[in-house]
This record gives sequence, structure tokens and C-alpha cells, in this order.
Amino acid sequence: MTARLHADGLTLGYDQRVISRDLDADIPDGAFTVIVGPNACGKSTLLRAFARLLRPATGHVVLDGKAIDRYKPKEVARLIGLLPQSSVAPDGITVADLVARGRFPHQNLIRQWTPADEAAIRAAMDATNVAELSTRLLDELSGGQRQRVWVAMALAQETPILLLDEPTTFLDIAHQIDLLDLFAGLHRAGNTIVAVLHDLNHAARYASHLIVMKDGAIVATGAPRDVVTAELVDDVFGLSCLVIDDPVSHTPLVIPKSGQWKD
Amino acid sequence: MRTRVGRRERVVAVVLAAVIVVLAVVALGTGDYPLSIPEVVSAVFATDGRFETTLVLEWRLPRVLVAIVFGAALALSGAVFQSLTRNPLGSPDIIGFATGSYTGALLVLTLVGGSYLSVAGGAIVGGLLTALVVYLLAYRRGIQGFRLIIVGIAVTAMLHSVNTWLLLRAQVEVAMAASIWGAGSISLVTWADALPAFVAVGVLALAVAALSGGLRQLELGDDAAKAHGLRVEPTRLALLVVGVALTAVVTASSGPIAFVALAAPQIAARLGRSAGLPLLSSALTGAALLLAADFAAQHLVPTAVPVGVVTVVLGGLYLIALLIGQARKTP
Repeated sequence: MTARLHADGLTLGYDQRVISRDLDADIPDGAFTVIVGPNACGKSTLLRAFARLLRPATGHVVLDGKAIDRYKPKEVARLIGLLPQSSVAPDGITVADLVARGRFPHQNLIRQWTPADEAAIRAAMDATNVAELSTRLLDELSGGQRQRVWVAMALAQETPILLLDEPTTFLDIAHQIDLLDLFAGLHRAGNTIVAVLHDLNHAARYASHLIVMKDGAIVATGAPRDVVTAELVDDVFGLSCLVIDDPVSHTPLVIPKSGQWKD
Repeated sequence: MRTRVGRRERVVAVVLAAVIVVLAVVALGTGDYPLSIPEVVSAVFATDGRFETTLVLEWRLPRVLVAIVFGAALALSGAVFQSLTRNPLGSPDIIGFATGSYTGALLVLTLVGGSYLSVAGGAIVGGLLTALVVYLLAYRRGIQGFRLIIVGIAVTAMLHSVNTWLLLRAQVEVAMAASIWGAGSISLVTWADALPAFVAVGVLALAVAALSGGLRQLELGDDAAKAHGLRVEPTRLALLVVGVALTAVVTASSGPIAFVALAAPQIAARLGRSAGLPLLSSALTGAALLLAADFAAQHLVPTAVPVGVVTVVLGGLYLIALLIGQARKTP
């Protein structure tokens, strides 16, 4: 297993509050890595460090053997894309215009608009199924459609590595599955995907590699089949449960035992 | 950074440019010695040194060009700040930078006395310091647009009283000159004053153009902008400085002119139905607005008044409408 992107002895936190200390993590190439853990376990914080939105107090995020903060910002932006947890869009922007803004790392004062940009935007809109919405205003779209447009903007960046910060939060179940299928397709097409997800069953079903975190530390990594056990869920989430084989995907399926169903 | 400007936006820009040319020709022909449009055109291109040429090129043209360039500069400054604050009220004339520039210029004028350059310097320093104070007072784990505006309005009110105090303390002649200037007038600007201001506005406009790609990225939020490889904080700081400088350069020459920075970007955005605030058509709208306002100030009221008086009246009405709209939106 090779990992172009890895974290090396990170100390992460906000202001004086330390969330993670001496954290090492590998992002396997070509894998669909999902980071899971209870609320406030530091999973989004780790993703933000990978996306260089958060500068580690100590340690480095390393990309292709070089610390990520020693690259030019646009160089990194051509290798690592991000779907942020929340984004804002200017009033009156159309879908195509918004997706086009993902081309920023490929442009500069001299090299501006090219056919390569046009092609990348078209491909990103096709992959996310928003091509027929391209002239619509973003404000007019449903939540699910809007999230697809944001994904398209990240895809237009044409990066081999894509980071997703809670991409399915606030969507109904059909749109969640829809989006996860889209990411699975990108993974099959050879992209390296890293996502923070809340739903353990979604993680177990779609991830090829899991990173499980608790209190800022990584407590388990590996394929969902090997990692997701009743003991782990009890240890990490404090939830007693039954782990069975998902009859559809044949991945681990977590069934909580609580309240009146507790044994 | 994107050059694929929408078709509608281009049409709007061309129409606005045509409006500016027509307004300019009419303004050049209007006055105590009226000229028809063909007379204005022939006066501009005549080489025989006749009186009409002197009248149009030496006496009337500076004021018309000043209105165009300053209107464009104010509107650009407004577009930059309203984009950065994501709020149509986040305009330099509302959040105190124009008033702060005036305070800086007044200090230089009353304490040191001075040339155009030292007054302009005072205006720029005053504007930047005010921006810094407003920014720091409004800062609480980042800047939130509406808090910035409230703090800015409060700082503006305080600076107004400082300005009044400075005028009361000053010698009568200085205070008189400063008061006329404080109403926002472009009638006294000569070629000699205008040229350095034109150069400064030109340089600053180029800087805005170079930073416009970054501004479009900032509209997506800091996280997305950073993920796209933008150096977020340096870009924002550069835009703040350029935006304050645009307002300050104008204020140094003409005194504070309200409303243009506030309204022009919003009008341009509605005309072009663009994403965010369009920079080029904002500048053109600002030029047309100030030109029209100055024409009204000279010729449409019984006695000529400073253009700032006209824009303040228009701006007051517009501001009330905006505040009502904002109050309805904010729960």
C-alpha cells in the first residue's frame, strides 16, 4: 500500500485547545478512505489539516515526500480537491459559472480561459449529472442538486485526490445514497477519495479503507470487514450493538441495541 | 480570473459606455455659453485655437473627466467592499472609510496646511486607519458582515463629530474652504490636481483587475478559496488596501461623495444579472451616476450646489430602502 498523502506527527487544535497530539495517518492511493468517529473526535479537524485549512502546531502533512506547506498553494490545489462542509455562493450565479470557479488553480494572470477549462467543466458536470442544469441559477435548485453542483466544482479542479467534509449531512436518505454512489464511481475511476461521514453503516458499505478516531487519536484502520466489530463500536461510540452481514452489500451492518432492546 | 464574461454583461457595458459619452457631450455643451452637440464635437477636434476649444477642453472637460474617473473609482471601491462583506451595506461610504479619509485630510489641512499630495496622503492614512479600527472593533473570531456595518456606522457618527470639531477650531478661511470641500465638490478640481488623481485611480484599477480572480474566489467562502489555492489573507488584505485607497484618492480631491460606492455596484448587478458584483459595469455605472449627479448639481437646481449634496439626497433615500430590506431579511 502506497500513500502519496500522509500525516506525520500532527498536533492539531484551535487556539489553545489541543484536539489531536502526535497523529500519524496514511491515505492509501486509489482507496475510498472514510474517517469515522463520535462527534468532536477530531475527524473533521484531521481532514482540514489534510486540506491545509488548518496549520498543524507540530508535524507535517506530507504529499509526494514534501511537506504540504512548502508547495505553492495552487500547486497543491491541482493535486488535492476539497468539498468543504459549508460553502457560500454569490447571488445570481449559474451552475456553469460556479463549476467554472473550480478551475482557478489552473489559471493565472497570463493563462486565463482555455479549451482545457471548458472540457474539464463539461466533464465535471456530466459526472455529477448536472449538465442539464448548467444555465439554471444555484438558488433555484434543491439541496441535493446543489450539493452535486458543489461536487462538480471540486471535480473541475481535476485533482487525483478529493477530500469530502461531511458531504451527505442535511440530505435525505435517497440523496445521500445517490451522492455516495457518485463518490464510489469516482473511486472506481481511479481517484483517491477521503471522506468524513457520520453514518457508520454508510462508511462500512462504501469505504475501502476506514480510519476510526476517538478523542483525537486513531484507534483502528483497515478494511471495514476487519475493523467494524461490536467491540469496536462499543469502545468508540459507547453503544452496544450487533454487527451482522449486510444482505445487500455483504459489508458489516451495525444494529444498535439500546433502550427497550438492550440485553 | 475568468475571461468568459457573459454576453448580457458585455451588452450592458457597451450601453453604459454609450450613456457616459452622451452625458459627457451634453455636459460639455451646457453652461452660461451653451453649445450644441455638433458644436461641442467640432470644438474638440478644431485646431485653430478658437474660444470654443478653450471653453470645452480647458474649462469644462476637466470637470467632466473628474466626474467619470471619480465615479468609476468610488463604484469600484464599493464593489470590492460589498463583495468582501457580502452585504450591500458594506460600502466604504457607510462603514466610515470615506469619513475617515475626510478626517485625515482635515487634520493635514488644519494643522499642517498643504499641497494636494500631503492632503491626499492624509486622506489615505485616515481611510486606512479608520478601516483598521472598524475591522478590529468588529472582529470576533473572524469578521461577520452585519457587525462590521453596525460598527462602521457608529464609527462614522463619531468621526462626523470629530470633523465638526476640527472645522470649529480651524481658522475661518481654512474652515470655509474645508466645508465646501467637505460637501463633496468636483467644481474646484483643476487639471493640475486631477492628473495625479487620475494616475492613482488608473494604477489602483489595474490592481483591482489583477485581484479580481481572487475576489471571485473569496465569494465562495474562505475554505473553498483556500482549497482552490488562493492565498486568502494576503488577497483580502490587498483588496482592503486597494479599496480604501480608491475611496481615499477621490476624497482627497473632492471631499466625501456618498451614494456612488453604495448604489452603483447594486445597480450594475441588476442590469447585468451577473453572479456577484460585476467590476467593469460597476465602474461604468458609477461614472454615469456621478456625471449625471454633477450635471444636476450644476444645472438642474436653482443655484449650483456641490455634487455631494445631490448624491447625499439620493443616497439617503436609497439607504432607507436598503435598511428596510435588510431588516426584513434579518430575523
